[in-house]
Amino acid sequence: MTRAIVNADVLIIGGGLHGGSVALHLAHAGLKPLVIEKNYAGRHASGVNAGGVRTLSRPPQEIPLALASLEMWHHIGDLVDDDCGFEQYGQLRVAENETDIEVLHRRLALMRELGYSHEEWVDAGEVRAMLPGIVPTVQGGLIARRDAAADPYRTTMAFRRKAESLGARYIEGVQIVRTEHVAGCWRAIANSGAVYSAPVIVNCAGAWADRIAATWDEPVPLEAVAPMMLVTMPMRRFIDPVVLGTSRPLSFKQRANGTVLIGGGRRAWLDRDADSTELDFSELADGARMVCELFPHMLGATINRGWAGIEGNMPDGLPVIGASRRRPHAYHAFGFCTHGFELGPIVGRVLADLVIRGHTTQPIAPFDIGRFSNPQAVTSTSGIKHP
Amino acid sequence: MKEKFQPRDLSSTGTAALAVVGAGPAGLAAATLAAQLGLDTVLLDEQSDVGGQIYRAITATPVRDRKVLGDDYWHGESLVGAFRRSAARHVPGATVWAISRNTTRQSRGDHEIAYSVGGQAKLLTARHVLLATGAQERPFPIPGWTLPGVITAGAAQILLKSAGVVPEGPAVLAGTGPLLYLLAWQYLNAGVRIDALLETAPPRALLRALPYALDFVRSPYFGKGLKLLRTVRAAVPVIKAVEGLQAQGHDKLERVSYSFRGRTHTIAAQQLILHQGVVPNVNLARAIGAQHIWNSTLDCWQPQVDSWGNTTVAGIGMAGDGAGIAGALAAEHRGRLAALGAAHALGYMDTARRDREATVHRRLLAKATLGRAFFDVLCKAPIEYRRPAGNTIICRCEEVTAVQVRDTVKLGCSGPNQVKSFLRCGMGPCQGRFCGLTVAEIIADELRIPVEDVGYYRLRFPVKPLTLGELASLPQTAASHEAVIRLPADQEIRLAQPEMP
Repeated sequence: MTRAIVNADVLIIGGGLHGGSVALHLAHAGLKPLVIEKNYAGRHASGVNAGGVRTLSRPPQEIPLALASLEMWHHIGDLVDDDCGFEQYGQLRVAENETDIEVLHRRLALMRELGYSHEEWVDAGEVRAMLPGIVPTVQGGLIARRDAAADPYRTTMAFRRKAESLGARYIEGVQIVRTEHVAGCWRAIANSGAVYSAPVIVNCAGAWADRIAATWDEPVPLEAVAPMMLVTMPMRRFIDPVVLGTSRPLSFKQRANGTVLIGGGRRAWLDRDADSTELDFSELADGARMVCELFPHMLGATINRGWAGIEGNMPDGLPVIGASRRRPHAYHAFGFCTHGFELGPIVGRVLADLVIRGHTTQPIAPFDIGRFSNPQAVTSTSGIKHP
Repeated sequence: MKEKFQPRDLSSTGTAALAVVGAGPAGLAAATLAAQLGLDTVLLDEQSDVGGQIYRAITATPVRDRKVLGDDYWHGESLVGAFRRSAARHVPGATVWAISRNTTRQSRGDHEIAYSVGGQAKLLTARHVLLATGAQERPFPIPGWTLPGVITAGAAQILLKSAGVVPEGPAVLAGTGPLLYLLAWQYLNAGVRIDALLETAPPRALLRALPYALDFVRSPYFGKGLKLLRTVRAAVPVIKAVEGLQAQGHDKLERVSYSFRGRTHTIAAQQLILHQGVVPNVNLARAIGAQHIWNSTLDCWQPQVDSWGNTTVAGIGMAGDGAGIAGALAAEHRGRLAALGAAHALGYMDTARRDREATVHRRLLAKATLGRAFFDVLCKAPIEYRRPAGNTIICRCEEVTAVQVRDTVKLGCSGPNQVKSFLRCGMGPCQGRFCGLTVAEIIADELRIPVEDVGYYRLRFPVKPLTLGELASLPQTAASHEAVIRLPADQEIRLAQPEMP
């Protein structure tokens, strides 16, 4: 049975933050993008992540994008007419021991060598002053003072609403099962049988994006992961910056409403096909022990909720951003390896530039999808672990 | 990708063939029968003593005059006696905060139950789990329902049964459902004065219920119910078909206002006791991922179960009101049927024996549920009190109002999870127990679609709040054993190892 074809200027597969940002920037330029989301916009990584707006400890290849994005975050209201719950208190990676100090000092040296100054060393006294509840054995840390945090679901919704107000359309609950490029036009066929058509297609399908890429004959080794998060009941204000561990997987922050958000990349069990995750209590317990070791008064904090969203990891820790190497007028933006939230604003701009002008001023060569078909081209990341 | 069913060290956890969660009539009857059939059975219950809500404090209530709480309450003694004589192990004060099906030993598809007793987290690995989590009251969001002095009939019954506490000063009961009248009757028995009983059921409810009246007349509810109704109506001013119910006052309840036949009335009151029926307490079943169906007669979700109480999740059964409201007597029989189902599933009996032994329980179950359809329809909660508007608070934890939910739906948040992410309603410690149904109904109202198409919140861990310290007291994984902890002596954190339950 032939179904009615829905036409647009650009098809965007995936209604997360990156899909929304691409839609917003395209709509801003006068195009009519159509975002197709298999669940609802912001269902996974975009809506339920820790909300870290972090340039700190980024892989060096990502730093130019991350810094450009941070500027956009500082004026996020101008972009999406909503402050997105943006709060700038910096992000701080603490050193718990001598080994940590060494790791952070090496990182600092690398940043200086590359000409970056957004990461600074803070000594133990300053860390204790910033984080009064922390164990007195803390050794110091690295801080990015302009880093921040925002509300992820609100942000994803704000991008969507602004994009829609400029002429973008969203379709939710529709899964694309097939795409084809016929007579100069992309057609995306949904599980419902509906067909969506546009001259250009963008793959922003997050943890499911490898499936789209595979149909374009460019398979990628994407690993779906589900980092677990915990949030406590509201507590008296005791920290301002986002706190990160160095040798141990921890990210920790207190939101404006007093709740404390605990993440760090410990993983839940996941079922990509069922869109579902299941928490691993023993891993969560390990995370809880770590938090209580760093902040002893947290032993009495009441856990309110725990959850995990599904995200896409790439083996080299870098996202895939750029044009398809195998298909015309097809683009990718996925695989953000659990640190894509901060990049949302800039990636939309980059993709819109690629779609409209065919080039971008941002250095996106390291994110080329071609690196997986030509392993020699793969660029290595720094030695730091990125939660 | 992290693989499922990864085996790991469970040496510091307890095990059981059957774990029953909840010690109300369904849980007690199920645990008793399962133990009698030879299943190593553990009954986990949040309270310090067995009985659930309906038979709460039955072994310890200070209300010793048996006439006050009535024969139906004291029937619970028979269940407790049989349970105590059985070999089932009772873990009192156990708050179950999660059940997982994926992280346990791969061999048999066991389930892992995470719970806390006295601030200490423990794990119990069970081959079969029976949830007997009972009912909770339907949210009754009216203006002012969060004022001190406004409580639910269920809370009022807890106070009465556990502590013999009854209202002092002017008291008004309002709403619909058998429990409201039962409470009124128990209060009268205890010598409490009730200033008014405001019935919210519309006049046409009786007409709608009439087709089911014959079974009702033949049921044991008829005689008992009529007697109770007569006693209450003889002693309490009853006003029917009340609309626009409001609790009013500054820092606490001072007045109850309502309209009757288009005229507004106000009664001075220090206590307002609200009730509009009970719904299954499905948070645990939801959290495990069991499929639920919408019951359009009772306007609530209930887990999809077969005739043995098996949910759509293998190895997880559900019995009693948690599997669909049918009352305490029915719960007991459903518990026994579920015990037979579990015994069969675990190989303790063959199909023929299971079916043979089930016959008597099925007959008693049919008898116990006869006539319920009549008052299910008669006591249906009116739409006005299920789909509030304006500034009425619907989420007590995060203080979200009805109009905020309605506006958020208009923004494009078309499901409970989107509304939750946007407004934080359902994110509080009650995990949506107070607002879940209301939010789903309001969304259905705004979108003009059936509630079953709206769906429900994804239930997050933990099902009940626990502290970070409690979570930290769970058994350690190999990786964390290796972690070096350097702390000064006076800052040392003691992370005690859990004991076997």
